[in-house]
Amino acid sequence: MSLDAAPSIITVNGTALEIRANPGRRLSDALREELGLRGTKVGCDAGDCGACTVLLDGAPVCACLTPVGQALGRSLQTVEGLGAAAELSLKRAFARFGAAQCGICTPGMLMSAVALLRHVAKPTRAQAEDAIGGVLCRCTGYTKIIDAICDAWRDAEPVAMPPAGQSIGAAIERLDGVAKIDGTEVFGADYWPQDALRVVVLRSPHWHADFEFGDVAAWAEARAVQVFTAKDIPGKNCFGVIPPLADQPALAEAVARFRGEAVALVAGDAAVMRDLDLEGFPVVWTPRAHALSVDEGKAAAPIHAARPGNLLITGRVTCGDVAALDGAAHHVTGGVETAYVEHAYIEPEAGAAWMDGDVLVIQACTQAPVMDRDDTAVVLGLPSARVRIVPSAAGGGFGSKLDVSLQPLIGLVTLLTGRPCRMVYSRRDSMVSTTKRHPGQMTATIGCDAAGKLVGMRFDGDFNTGAYASWGPTVANRVPVHASGPYLMPNYLAEARAIHTNGPVSGAFRGFGVPQAAICQETLFDELAQKAGLDRLEFRLHNALRDGDVTPTGQALHGVGIADCLEALRPHWADAQEWAAQADGRGIGIASCWYGCGNTSLPNPSTIRLGITGAGQLVLHQGATDIGQGANTVVTQICADALGARVSDFELIGPDTGLTPDCGKTSASRQTYVTGKAAELAGLALRAEVLRRTNMGEDAAICFEDGAVVIRRGAQSERLDLGDGIWVEETYDPPTTALDENGQGTPYAVYGYGAQLVKLEVDLALGKVRVDHIVAAHDVGRAINPVLATGQIEGGIAQGLGLALMEEYVPGRTENLHDYLIPTSGDMPRIDSILIEKPDPVGPFGAKGLGEHVLIPTAPAILNAIRHATGARVTRLPALPHRVLAAMKAARHD
Amino acid sequence: MSYHRPDALTDALALLAAGSPTILAGGTDLYPATSAQELRGDILDITGIAALRGITDAAGEIRIGAATRWSDLVAADLPDAFDALKLSAREVGSVQIQNAGTLGGNICNASPAADGVPPLLILDAAVELVSAAGHRRLPLAEFITGNRATRLKPGEIVSAVLVPKAATAGRSHFLKLGARKYLVISIAMVAARLEEDAGVIRSAALSIGSCSAVAVRLPAVERALIGQSVADFDIPADLVGQALSPIDDIRADAHYRAEAAVELLTRTIKGVVP
Repeated sequence: MSLDAAPSIITVNGTALEIRANPGRRLSDALREELGLRGTKVGCDAGDCGACTVLLDGAPVCACLTPVGQALGRSLQTVEGLGAAAELSLKRAFARFGAAQCGICTPGMLMSAVALLRHVAKPTRAQAEDAIGGVLCRCTGYTKIIDAICDAWRDAEPVAMPPAGQSIGAAIERLDGVAKIDGTEVFGADYWPQDALRVVVLRSPHWHADFEFGDVAAWAEARAVQVFTAKDIPGKNCFGVIPPLADQPALAEAVARFRGEAVALVAGDAAVMRDLDLEGFPVVWTPRAHALSVDEGKAAAPIHAARPGNLLITGRVTCGDVAALDGAAHHVTGGVETAYVEHAYIEPEAGAAWMDGDVLVIQACTQAPVMDRDDTAVVLGLPSARVRIVPSAAGGGFGSKLDVSLQPLIGLVTLLTGRPCRMVYSRRDSMVSTTKRHPGQMTATIGCDAAGKLVGMRFDGDFNTGAYASWGPTVANRVPVHASGPYLMPNYLAEARAIHTNGPVSGAFRGFGVPQAAICQETLFDELAQKAGLDRLEFRLHNALRDGDVTPTGQALHGVGIADCLEALRPHWADAQEWAAQADGRGIGIASCWYGCGNTSLPNPSTIRLGITGAGQLVLHQGATDIGQGANTVVTQICADALGARVSDFELIGPDTGLTPDCGKTSASRQTYVTGKAAELAGLALRAEVLRRTNMGEDAAICFEDGAVVIRRGAQSERLDLGDGIWVEETYDPPTTALDENGQGTPYAVYGYGAQLVKLEVDLALGKVRVDHIVAAHDVGRAINPVLATGQIEGGIAQGLGLALMEEYVPGRTENLHDYLIPTSGDMPRIDSILIEKPDPVGPFGAKGLGEHVLIPTAPAILNAIRHATGARVTRLPALPHRVLAAMKAARHD
Repeated sequence: MSYHRPDALTDALALLAAGSPTILAGGTDLYPATSAQELRGDILDITGIAALRGITDAAGEIRIGAATRWSDLVAADLPDAFDALKLSAREVGSVQIQNAGTLGGNICNASPAADGVPPLLILDAAVELVSAAGHRRLPLAEFITGNRATRLKPGEIVSAVLVPKAATAGRSHFLKLGARKYLVISIAMVAARLEEDAGVIRSAALSIGSCSAVAVRLPAVERALIGQSVADFDIPADLVGQALSPIDDIRADAHYRAEAAVELLTRTIKGVVP
């Protein structure tokens, strides 16, 4: 029989549906595009991520690998069909435990868990881990997902919503969680206007090449599509996150500077585009010499004419006299080389564009809606007011979705055609064209006196920033500020350079270079402690920054929690030492972090609008994009306590550049602190205004009651006259100062701190590392929501573990999720989080940032534990088994 | 462009004789190889053919239909000699892949890292090839000729994997080494099957994958093991090395692979006897 004739009947979630799809079509695509069942997510189209997991006759399969023809006549269940009692109980457990962060993997996780729970009602952790082994999560570190699966049978009550004024510190369920768990959340690929054109990108297959187009018009006409190139761009074909250094074309002009760079767009109707083959597109390439490594970059002709030596920028911080190192009793010197690291969020970039009158609307996944708006407006030659960015839910970001990707591209197509359009990056598109973590080549010398007190440090790092500037300057500036670690370092000289190559563009990735620098510094600390004859934890504690201490930038710090973190690890450290002594191959390690929250010495204000409508609804315009970390929930919790309302009283609007004021980008661990502070100020301002209008005292209660707002104080009670509504708007910008030529100044107003302890086992014959247990103590100032905070820690540790042990993006070679490895559920250790609350004098209710801090200590602590276990000093990351084994041999020969 | 999903093998063979459709089974290799949302060209989906799926015991051999899925193998009641194959099935990709991917597909895809091949090599497996013109069979070791290369002829389909009863004696074990636990392509893997008498190795079948273009048996090492104690044996590392031709790639370097193969071999043999 031939199946490609008439429409077929497919039974989904117990309902027979007519489907018009060729039987060789991917089931995932047919479900999403033809049946509108978009709860099934697509992350890789290769069976590598499991996001599209559905149940076929009860068995989990990847819908992306399943032909429609094989699903006909069988029982097919998707996330939309989860409604049985046990399934609802599982979903509630996901909400209760915070098992969904960004939510893009959640449908796949749920379907995999349902298959398990049908056979095993009360699974063990090992069974749960095994059941979700085929679904990648980049946010959670899997711990809370496994917690939820194992606890689903309990069908416990949802977390109670706290009363007014008691939201901070409450582990409430995330406010945007229901849609993520129901599969109804709208990610970048999940919405498009009817009849939207599909857009695909033609990319450079060369590292560095000149190109010329042939008869593009004829090619396009023959295929009933439209082609757009750089010459069609009406504005300035140049964008960049740091405007003075903007250098990246939306579509390359005549020369492509990295493999994967966009050179042309093809747009057409969906049916045409499905069959379109870009092979044979009329373009002639003339490859040029290229540089991929930092050393090649330094020696190569400038990739950008104004940047000789391919030097983008140098960052430098110095204090005291680093020559004092010469007199130190003990010295260590060493270097570390790290790899390109891919963000590997499970949601490839996607979005849609359409015109609303003369306003271009772009709905896409992003971390930085206002920057997207401004960059897109420049490229398209529009005033900012004519571009509106409506962030879709972001299926993970971790820094890479700060830069525009497809926004100017789909904007261009819609602007020029007047038609709505949409684009969904393939996994390969995403991996070849978006930013990476900077590979770092770092060396340092650190010295201490005979008593183990630090004397000084010299640090030098080259960071491969790829073909365009992106966040290279931020890395070059952040690294010298942080390379000392959270320790008192009286004499210091640190320099970091961002060097252009024809490699992938390196940008922001959770920590902006600081995780790489911490690997260099924290591993050398272990050697220095050994030379000084001090316990590794005690050595760190001995040198830890204390309140009032001055950093290498000359800033006196207050609310410094690093010593508290290390002290909290002390009892675990003692236990770990006993554990390690029990078997060969066991090792333990420790490492610390500090991290400044917000932009480095640059303004980064957040503005919050808060009000009560005439109908008595409390409305929070919340412009901070929640990429899974929980800003929607945390910002509301802060605002609620400042105002004295319940979280449940709030309606959230935004983010949307057409509706919400600018809360800046979701990066630099700034949203809890900066936007949270603006939300606190807004809450206080609204409270003051309400009390003023009702002439009530400071301690009055503001009660939202079915459309009325009633102010109560003891026996007094007054109904607020709402009129047309009452609105306040408050802005907060961290008080920082510029850094001078020696890097002296106040780069950040708030820092967060942490330390992690790792226990691991090294397979002594194979060099394979299994991390057994991590205890993570993080000073968050004030834990606004402890479940969200520990979720950040667990997820950060997963990324730190990947950085240490398996993640290496090799340009041209690992452009998929089976050659580029991120941790699976089976690779994660047990994690115990300790939340330290040493209030920051500036942060809202004492809170500090956390999002990036959490992955900084993990990799160096792992490397320190490997060295403890084996003597091996792994200096090139990741510590793949063959590198560990080679380092073990080298250590034996030392 | 057409898509056929016949119920009968004869219909499939007729389609194969008439054209050169791409044979589709679990789809776990075909879909990752395309960026398109549907398979292009003529497709012959063999998963509707009941005769190609399942495990039967007949005529002096165990017959595993080519479209038998990994999860079918895991669930099957099979002699201890198949433990290595079952263990490998549990390590193919993920549960999702095991529920779709087939043994025949794994063989025909002929990856150097095909998880099913070493465990089948130690079972002296043969592949059955059918076409409209008739049947033939080839030892698995001869069927796969190189990286992504087999002796499958136009018009032919792998219909089954056949394991002679003589090769189902003893016990077996399998180990796969990768940089992470699930969804991983191996750095090296080893399958071993042993027969023993009172703690002495009577016969050994050993195979290593991912350390050469095609997984290999180790006849010289197998011979060297005969007569040694299962609890205390020496692996002649030089003989292992001679059988392999490992490469440097993103997962490991060649030197490491060669060394790891010997270690894995030792552990796999130790793992055979519980």
